[in-house]
Order: sequence, then C-alpha cells, then structure tokens
Amino acid sequence: MGFPHKPHPRETVVLSQFFGDADARTLKGWTKRGGYEALAQALKMDPVAVTDVVKESGLRGRGGAGFPTGLKWSFMPKEKKKAHYLCVNADESEPGTFKDREIMRWTPHALLEGSAIAAHAIRAEVVYIYIRGEFTEPWTIMERALAEANAAGVFGSIKIYLHRGAGAYICGEETALMNSIEGKRGNPRIKPPFPAAAGLFGLPTTINNVETLAAVPHILKRGAAWYKGLTLSNPKSTGTKLFSVCGHVQRPGNYEVTMGFPLKDLLYDMCGGPPAGRTLKACIPGGSSVPILTREETEACLLDYEGVVEKGSMLGSGGVIVFDDSADMVYQIMRLARFYAHESCAQCTQCREGTAWTTKIMERILAGQGKTKDLDLLLDLSENMTGKTICVLSDSCAAPIVSGIKKFRGEFEAYLGGKRQPVMVG
Amino acid sequence: MADGMINLTIDGAPVSVPAGTLVIEAAKQAGVLVPHYCYHPGLPVAGVCRMCLVEVEKAPKLQIACATTVTEGMVVKTQTAPAKAARQSVLEFLLINHPLDCPICDQAGECELQDFVFQEGQARTRYAEFAKRFNPVEDFGPDVLYVPNRCILCTRCVRYMEDIAKEPVLNVSERGDRAYIGIHPEARLDHPWAGNVVDLCPVGSLLSKDFLHKARAWELDKTASICTGCSQGCSITLDTRDEVVVRVRPRPNLDVNRYFICDHGRMHYKWMNRGDRIEAPLVRRDGELTATDWNEALDRVVGILRGASGKAVALVSPGVSTEALAAAKRLLSGFTWSGAFQVVMGEEAPLPGVPNLALRAERAPNAKGAEQLGYTRDYAAAIAAAKSAAVVLVLDDPDCAVATNGALIYLGTVLGEDAACRRAEVILPIANVAEEEGTFTNRDGREQRYYQAKPAPGMAQPAAWVLGQLVTTLGLAAVS
Repeated sequence: MGFPHKPHPRETVVLSQFFGDADARTLKGWTKRGGYEALAQALKMDPVAVTDVVKESGLRGRGGAGFPTGLKWSFMPKEKKKAHYLCVNADESEPGTFKDREIMRWTPHALLEGSAIAAHAIRAEVVYIYIRGEFTEPWTIMERALAEANAAGVFGSIKIYLHRGAGAYICGEETALMNSIEGKRGNPRIKPPFPAAAGLFGLPTTINNVETLAAVPHILKRGAAWYKGLTLSNPKSTGTKLFSVCGHVQRPGNYEVTMGFPLKDLLYDMCGGPPAGRTLKACIPGGSSVPILTREETEACLLDYEGVVEKGSMLGSGGVIVFDDSADMVYQIMRLARFYAHESCAQCTQCREGTAWTTKIMERILAGQGKTKDLDLLLDLSENMTGKTICVLSDSCAAPIVSGIKKFRGEFEAYLGGKRQPVMVG
Repeated sequence: MADGMINLTIDGAPVSVPAGTLVIEAAKQAGVLVPHYCYHPGLPVAGVCRMCLVEVEKAPKLQIACATTVTEGMVVKTQTAPAKAARQSVLEFLLINHPLDCPICDQAGECELQDFVFQEGQARTRYAEFAKRFNPVEDFGPDVLYVPNRCILCTRCVRYMEDIAKEPVLNVSERGDRAYIGIHPEARLDHPWAGNVVDLCPVGSLLSKDFLHKARAWELDKTASICTGCSQGCSITLDTRDEVVVRVRPRPNLDVNRYFICDHGRMHYKWMNRGDRIEAPLVRRDGELTATDWNEALDRVVGILRGASGKAVALVSPGVSTEALAAAKRLLSGFTWSGAFQVVMGEEAPLPGVPNLALRAERAPNAKGAEQLGYTRDYAAAIAAAKSAAVVLVLDDPDCAVATNGALIYLGTVLGEDAACRRAEVILPIANVAEEEGTFTNRDGREQRYYQAKPAPGMAQPAAWVLGQLVTTLGLAAVS
C-alpha cells in the first residue's frame, strides 16, 4: 500500500500495513500493534532455529539478487571465533525504487526489529544500518525510533548503529557499502572472500536489504508455513513484495502483492494504467539495472523471481518504471547510461571507460549525428562490459542498451536515418 | 609430488605449485605471461584492470588470473577466443582516452600498454570522433611528475604508498571516466622511498624528473649491479646510454630489496660519470708527478715494496670491491699490517612495508666486507700509525688526510687539487663500481656480485686487477 493511496483490494498488505499511520512510528504505537513480540520470541530461540524458520519460509533477498535469506545466514561461521556483523543495506538508490524509503518512513521499528532478529540469528553483536545520504526524512525517523528503542532496552546486548551514506550509488553494492562504513572509498571488493568469511572490518558479516529484514518479524510471528503459502505461481518465490511503480501510470506508488502477481494487473488495476489516451509501450520491472520489457512481455509477466526471468528480465529491486507510447526510448536509455557513467566507481576498466563511451554514443545518436555502425558498436561494447568486472554496475549499464536496441531498434534507426528530430541533450 | 603442492594445467603445460599460488604466478612457471596492469607481485591484489582475464575450465565466466587461486586439477587457458577478445576489449577501453603520445613519452619502449597492445590489441580505434579526456600534468614530489592523460588507473602507485610506504598520500579522485590519481592537497610525494611509484607505473603516467627526456628506453644498456648508497646492498640495474649512467632502477631480489630501492640510492649514480678522473698512472720523477705507462708504475710500486720493511698501513674506502680489499691486504702481507676505513653516516629511512629494508645510516656498500677481511673502523688510529709506517696504501679514499714518512701509494678514481694523497710516490688510476666487476658484502653478510656497465676512462683498471698484478709480480701467497 503506497501512501497516500488506500490499499487496493487485491494487495496483500503485510509490510505496508501501517504506511501512513504516524502512530506506528513510535515505540508505544509499534508495541501496541504487536511490535517487538517477534523479537522477544526470537531471543528465546536458538539462533540456528531462527535461521531454520527463515530458511523454511522461502524468503529471498529483496535487494535485487533474490538470494535465499536463511541460506545466507547459515553461511556465517558455525563456530564463533571472531566478532560477527550485520549490515543493513538501506542505501536504496536504484533508479525507480522507493520501497525501503517508505518502510523506514512509516515503520522504522519493523526494520529495527527485523535487524535485531537477524543479528541474533547470525550471532552478531553489532548492526550497521547504512542509510542513503539523500534520505533525510527516513534518517530522522530512524534516528528517533532507534533512540526510543535503545532507551527502552529493546535490543538487549545487540548494538545498532545508523550510518549515513554520502550519495554514491555504488555504495549500495554490498562490499562497497562495507568499505564505506570502514571509512574507505566506496569501491566494490573482489570476491572471494565473501562477506560471510571476511566482510566488514575483515570479519564475518551478513548483509541484508531493508525489505528483507522487515519481513522477518512477520515470518517469526505467523510461521514459515504461512509465508511459504504466499505464492501465486512458482513455489520458489514466496511472501509479499513491495513494488514501486513510477512513470506513465495514473497512480504511481508502492504496492504490496503476493509473489507471482501478474504485472499487467499491477499496472492496469492498481495503478490505473497509462494516462488517458495513451497506451503502454515498455516497462522496466526491477529497477534501472534490468532489461526492458516490451508491452507484450509486460502484459504476460508474472511478478516473481522466475516469472520475470522467463520474460527476459529480472525482478531486481521491484522498481517498476513504466513507459507509454509518448516515451522516447532512445532518450530514456541514454539517461540510464548517463546515470551509470556518472556512478561508475572507476575501478574496472570496462566500466570506467565503457559506461562513458556508451553514453557518448547515445548522446550522439540523439543529436542526429549517429552512425549506422553505432548500434553494432553499442552492442559490442555492452558485450565487453558484461560479466567481466568486479561488480555488476557495468552489466547494469549494458542491460538496457542491449534490450533497448533489440526491442526498440526502429526508434534508434529513426534517429540514425534522420527521420526523427534531433534532441538537445543537456 | 611434494605435500601441499597443487597440480594444474596452463595452456596445456602441466605445472605444480604451492597451495595458495595465484594463477598469474603459476602461469609464469609454465612460461606464460598473462597480460596485466594492476597486478604486481610486490603489492596487494586489486583485480581492477581486468586485463588478465583467462578461461578456467568449469568456471561460468572468465576469471582474472591475478585474484584466482590455483586448485587441484584446474585447467587454465589463456589463448581461447573469449579470453583474447576480453583482453582486446580492455586494451581498446584503455586506449580511448590515452593520448598515444609515445614519440614524446619516456616510457615508450618499456611501456606495458605499448607491449600488450602490440601483442594482442587491435589496429584501429572505434572511439573515432570523440574528444579525449584531458588533465594537466601535476608535480607530485621532488622527483615525480604525474601525467594524468596517460594514466590507466591501475592504482599500483596508490597501493604502494598505502601498503608498502605506509604514507597514503595518493588516492583515486573522482569517479567514472573523470577519475584520476589525486594527491592529498597538503602533502607531497616526498617519502624517501616514493620514487618506486615511477617504476611501478606500467605506463608513462608517473615520470622521474631526473630521467625526464634523457634517453629512449631502447637506447639503454642494462647492467646488473649493487647499489652503493648504503650498507643494505639493494640489487639494482644501471642503465647506460653511450657509456654514461643515466638511470638506476631496482632489480627484483626477494631476499634484500624485493622490487624497490630508495630515492637516495636511485639518485646515487651521478658520481659514476665524473669527468675529472685520474686517467693515467703517475709516478714521482724529480719531485714531480709524471704520467707514465702501467709497466713503469707497477715496477715502481714493486720496487717500493721490495725495498721496505716494518709497518704498512692500508687506508681504504668501504666502497671498493671485496676482491680489491683482499688483494690490498695480501699485497702488504710481508709487513706488520693494519688497515682501516671510515664510513659516511646519514639518517636511516626504512620502507615500512618490507621487513629489514631501509636506507641504512651507514652510507657505504662494503663496510661489512672490509670488516670481515680485518680492516677496522678505527680510522684515526690508522692515520696516526701511518705517520711512522714504511708503506701507506690508500685505496680510493681521495679525502684521506694522510701524512707519512714512508712511501705513499694511492690507488683511486679521483684526486682533488689539494688532496694529501698528491704527495704519493705512485698514483694508480682505477675503475669505479660501474666500470668493473666485483663483489660487495652487505650488512647482513650477503655477498653480492656487480657487473661492468661501462668502460673505465683512459688507462684506469679495476683495483683488483692492479693489486693482483702486483701480488703476482711479488709472488705473494694468499693470506688467511
């Protein structure tokens, strides 16, 4: 339920139940709504048992990769020899995604509670919540909630710290985030070692997304079987997911649906479809880093990890960007490329040079100065930028280029052939 | 196979390496150099240039050889089409903003960008009309210039200053294709070991001001040598152009200096090219020093030594070879012998990231060798003893304030106008370290050979040869 929208009857409201309800932000209000019961329950359980419940629920990472959460927790060393850390990735900066922001704005205690449960499960003493620098309002609310909970001694021996990002997109990459917390330049690290072996400060670390952790208290309270049952198609994708819908729809916002919900129904029923007189042209289903879907693919797509992959894209972060027939796909793709060129951390050669070069070619095409060979060049550069770098920022820049050229080649060719007015690219 | 050894195949060649070895190092053993930029055996792995991508059987995608550890039965292929294509694309990306100013670049001829583009790059760019990135040249420190346009952001310099020199003044500034190597606004690259960033730089981005536009790499002859700057005994290469030493670079030696030398040692070569050298043997004839040939000069020394008896003193430089020091001692073995040397002292400057490596306070390469032969550090006592000695031999110590009633013999490279040794009976011209082959013993007792890099001027000969001739003529036996 995306505040200020009222919940749509077809939504399955779990995480977003209290969006818009200011009283839920306070410790008292949250406790009144059943908050921190799950934590109390978890603290009485063996960490392995908590992990097993989450494993059984089928919860998968909501940050983009969709890695099974319980399995991730179980990678932490069985025998605890060093300090363990939990990092919470609240650096939500994927273009088109704004679900974690709302979770922190309205239900800060849900995140804190989920974090404390996870910390107990992985036997971490310290939790760092890395909040995107631009999120001023969520930051203030989280700070207030944390102070309140700490004053009440809710977390016992678990220490939770908020860490504020400084505005780099790449710091949302898990190892770059750890470098950033350590006070270093936010560059992704080479893997292995994976965070569970050597993460924050070189110690065993688990990192989870805000939405993932916010779901954990519900799983503990209502049971793994309940969560596992929340699926409309593939049993490998369970639970509810928040989708941030933006772009050319009548009611943009956050919508919480059960895994496997049809994308078509999300866009037309809940969001009211494209503006009057317009038709749907394309959709990016999982944040700007995933391939673009055509109208046909969009309308046949089921919103779960497997369903979106089947249609040639990825569920990603659940940031749904919608384009109607007025959208200039070439321009939109240029904007995405430019974003990645701006945000590349500059470590890997392919990404540093490739994202900028790709952007220059896209700008040239829009300016009416493109060359016929440019499309093949873009595809070749994208191929060279995919699967060869430390992190996936480079791949993310290539994804919309490749899918865009494949699916909207005509629009590119219109610029190349002089059939479309050049666009001033500022 | 020995325990703990891992067997793998690289380009069809089986190799066996210790567990934990990186693929890039294992490949070297198979005779395969995987092209790379950011990897350097003396630095922590960064894995950022993505140049060393190779195919590893059963891996889902190409792997970087510099960050992949060997596993039993691993099959590595460096020459498959996908691996070559990936490396070719990295080269293309690296070149789009590179100025290609090789004709005026000091690195040309020893540039890894040139080498690997020549080896596996493509002939033409597809970057075409776009302007290249431009940033002005920056003055980083006393001997280092940064040319950002040529930089490939391999970060070797940053990692060296951070992890080896432990003075992290360099960083990567900015992001994306705007990135460049930055320096702390209030810092200079003036660490006593900072010059190594110039050698570490695989391209012509970090340059030595001292070597700037001095020579092209292909004009240089390279000779293995040992640094004479202090008693550490770092392995170095003397680069000569037209018989002039123009550059000193570290030569890898894992037991002494790994891949590095200090700036003092790096700059400690200009004296090797001195023009004011003694070029002919001189003998005293009618009270005047007169140039002569080697036969007469050596005969004169033989005559002096045969005609003298009693006490002999050798005042030697701790910068001459062990061979010369031994021969000098042997030459005076018929006398009551004493020998001494003096060492110039300076400040010690360690390289924190490498154990037991420092610019040593003792600024001489062979003090240990001299000591082992019985020469003492009591120079003042030797000077005092020289007064009444029958023979005094001064070996390449031009500033030696010696006075003697006996016969003074001087072997040296140079001699000042007012030097005390001008009073010698015989002056014999010898070669300096760059002009001869010899051995030094470093402070840890490690004997190390150095080789001749250029010819000696005039009639000068290696001291060991000169002293050897005399020993042979006199028929002296070896002394213990």
